[in-house]
Amino acid sequence: MVQPVVKSVAVRAPKPPSYALKKVLATVLFYVVTVAIAVAMFLPFFWSLITSFKPSNEIFSVPIKWIPSTLTLEHYKSAFTTVPFAGYFANSFILASAGVLCNLFFGSISGYAFAKLNFKLNKPMFRILLAAMMIPGIVTMIPSFYVLKHFPLIGGNDLLGAGGNGFLNSFWGIILPGASGSFAVFFMRQFFLTLPSDMMEMARIEGAGEFRIFWNIYLPLTKPALATLSIFTFQGGWNNFLWPMIILNDPAKATIQMGLQAFSFNHQTDFGPMMAGALIAILPILVLFLLLQKYFVQGIAFTGTKG
Amino acid sequence: MSSMGKLNKHQARMAYLFVTPTMLLFIAFTIIPVVMALYLSFTNYDVVSRMEFVKFDNYKKMLDDDLYWTTFKNVFFYAVIFVPLNIIISLLLAMLLNFKRFGIKLFRTMNYLPTLTSSVAAATVWIWLLHPEFGLVNNLLGYVGITGPAWLAQTETAMLSIIMVTLWQSVGSNMVIYIAGLQGVPDYLYESAKLDGATAFNRFRYITWPQLRPTTFLVSTMAIIGALQMFDQAFVLTQGGPGNVTKTPVYLIYNQGFNQLKMGYASAQAFVLAVAILIFSFINMRINKSEEPIV
Repeated sequence: MVQPVVKSVAVRAPKPPSYALKKVLATVLFYVVTVAIAVAMFLPFFWSLITSFKPSNEIFSVPIKWIPSTLTLEHYKSAFTTVPFAGYFANSFILASAGVLCNLFFGSISGYAFAKLNFKLNKPMFRILLAAMMIPGIVTMIPSFYVLKHFPLIGGNDLLGAGGNGFLNSFWGIILPGASGSFAVFFMRQFFLTLPSDMMEMARIEGAGEFRIFWNIYLPLTKPALATLSIFTFQGGWNNFLWPMIILNDPAKATIQMGLQAFSFNHQTDFGPMMAGALIAILPILVLFLLLQKYFVQGIAFTGTKG
Repeated sequence: MSSMGKLNKHQARMAYLFVTPTMLLFIAFTIIPVVMALYLSFTNYDVVSRMEFVKFDNYKKMLDDDLYWTTFKNVFFYAVIFVPLNIIISLLLAMLLNFKRFGIKLFRTMNYLPTLTSSVAAATVWIWLLHPEFGLVNNLLGYVGITGPAWLAQTETAMLSIIMVTLWQSVGSNMVIYIAGLQGVPDYLYESAKLDGATAFNRFRYITWPQLRPTTFLVSTMAIIGALQMFDQAFVLTQGGPGNVTKTPVYLIYNQGFNQLKMGYASAQAFVLAVAILIFSFINMRINKSEEPIV
C-alpha cells in the first residue's frame, strides 16, 4: 500500500525530498500553534460555561474538576431570582434596539445627503463631524450630563433648563446622545458614494420627491451596510456600561451590565450565579454573531481599510 | 436656466432637512459639551449649589493632587505595555491566520469571540479565572509546578491582570483589521522580492510592515485612545485597588464628578486627560508618518 504513494511522489516532485518533509513539518507546526492559541482564547468561555452548570460543591474543589458530575440549572435560577436579571435584560434590549433604529435612520438619511446631494455646507459639515471623532469621550462626559440635566422644558425644567432633572434617569438620556453617531453617518456616506447617481436623475425626471428617492430607491440598496451598522450599534449599546451607570439611578431601569457588575460586587463568592449572569450578558451578541457572521467581518474590514 | 436653479435650491433645502437631526444632536452632545468642558473646568460646579467662576483654582489644586498623578502613572504603565503588545499579538495572529488552510475560519472565529463580550462580563468571568485558590489560571499553573499569585489582590500583578484581560478581549478585532490589511498587499511585491532572494524576515520588514502602515496607524490610534480612558475593567476587576495601583484617571473623574459631585474639578481633570490623549495620538501620527516611504 505504501509503495505506490512513495513512487508517485518521487515521480511527480522534482524538488528534493527535504522540501516535502519541510512542508509537512510546517503544516504540523502551524496546526499545533493555531490550535493552542484557539484553545487558550476559548478556555474562559468553556470554563464559565462549565462553572455555571456545576453543582455548588464542585465549583470549589482542588484539584479542579473539568467535567461536572451532574449538570444543574440552580445557578441560573438563583441569578434570576436574587436580582431582577430579566428586567435588566429587557432594559438593555430596549436601549440597544432604540440605538440601532435611530442610528440606521439618522445615519443613513444624513449619510445620503452628504454623499449624493449638493448643498453649500456639505463638505464643511462633514469635515467637522469627522474631526469630532478624534475627541476623546471623557471630555464630553460631564458636560453631556450637564446638557441632559438642564435640557429646557424636559423633566420639570423651565425654559432656561432650571428646576428639574431633564433627561436624567430616563432612557432618553442614553438614547439621544448616541442617536446619530458620527461613525454611522460616515459609514453610510461611504456606502452611498459607491452607488451610481443616474438613478437619482431618472427618478427626478419621473417626478419623485427627494425623500422618496432616498427611501424607495437608494435605501433598499444599502441593506448589507445597514445590517453591518445594526450589529455594531447593537453591540455598542448592549455592552455600554459607564454612561448608563451615570444616567440611570433607578434600579428598575438598570441595564444588564450594571446589574451584572452590582451582582458580582455584592455576591463576591457566588461564582456559579456570577458565571450564569455573565453568560446571559454575552449571549445575545453571541447569537447575533453566529447568525450574521459575514456582516461582522465586513464591517471590521471596512473600518480597517477606510480608516 | 432659472428652473434649474430652482431645482438645485429645492435639493439643497431637502439636503439641509436631511442632515438637521444629525447636526442638532451633534451640536447638543458634542459641540456644546466640548465648549462647556473648558468652561466647567474653571468653575466649582457641583450640581446642587450655585456655580461660580473660580479661575485656575481647579488646575492649581490638581498640581498638588497626588492621587490624580498616581492614576496618570497607572494608566501610562498600562498603555505602555498594552498598546505595543496589542499590536504585536494581533499582527502575529493575522499573519498566522492569513494562510489558506483547512479550518482557518474556525480559528479566526475562536480568536474573535472574546471581542464580542462586554467588558463587564469579561471582567466577571476573569475574576473567577484568576481566583487565587480555585481559579483556572492558578490551577493550570499548578499542573506545571508553579504557585500562582493572588492576581487581583497583589499590587505587583493587579495591573498585569487587567492588561491580560483587555488583551484577551481586544486582539481579535485588530486581528481581523490586520487580515484585511494583509489581503490588500499586492502579491507581486512578494513575488519579486522572492525572486531577488529576500528572506522571510526581510519580506516582512520591507514589504508587509510598510504596506500595513495605515492599518497600524488606525489600530494603534484606537488602542491609545481606548487605553488611556480605561475604566470598566478597573472598576469591575479590582475597584481601583489594591492600594490604588489600578485606579485610572477616568475612574477618578467618575468618582469625583458623580459620587462626590465635584464636577468642576472633575472637568479640569478630564480636560487635562483629553489633552494628554490628543498629544499621544499626535505623537503616534508623527511616528507612523516619519518612517521612510516604501519602494
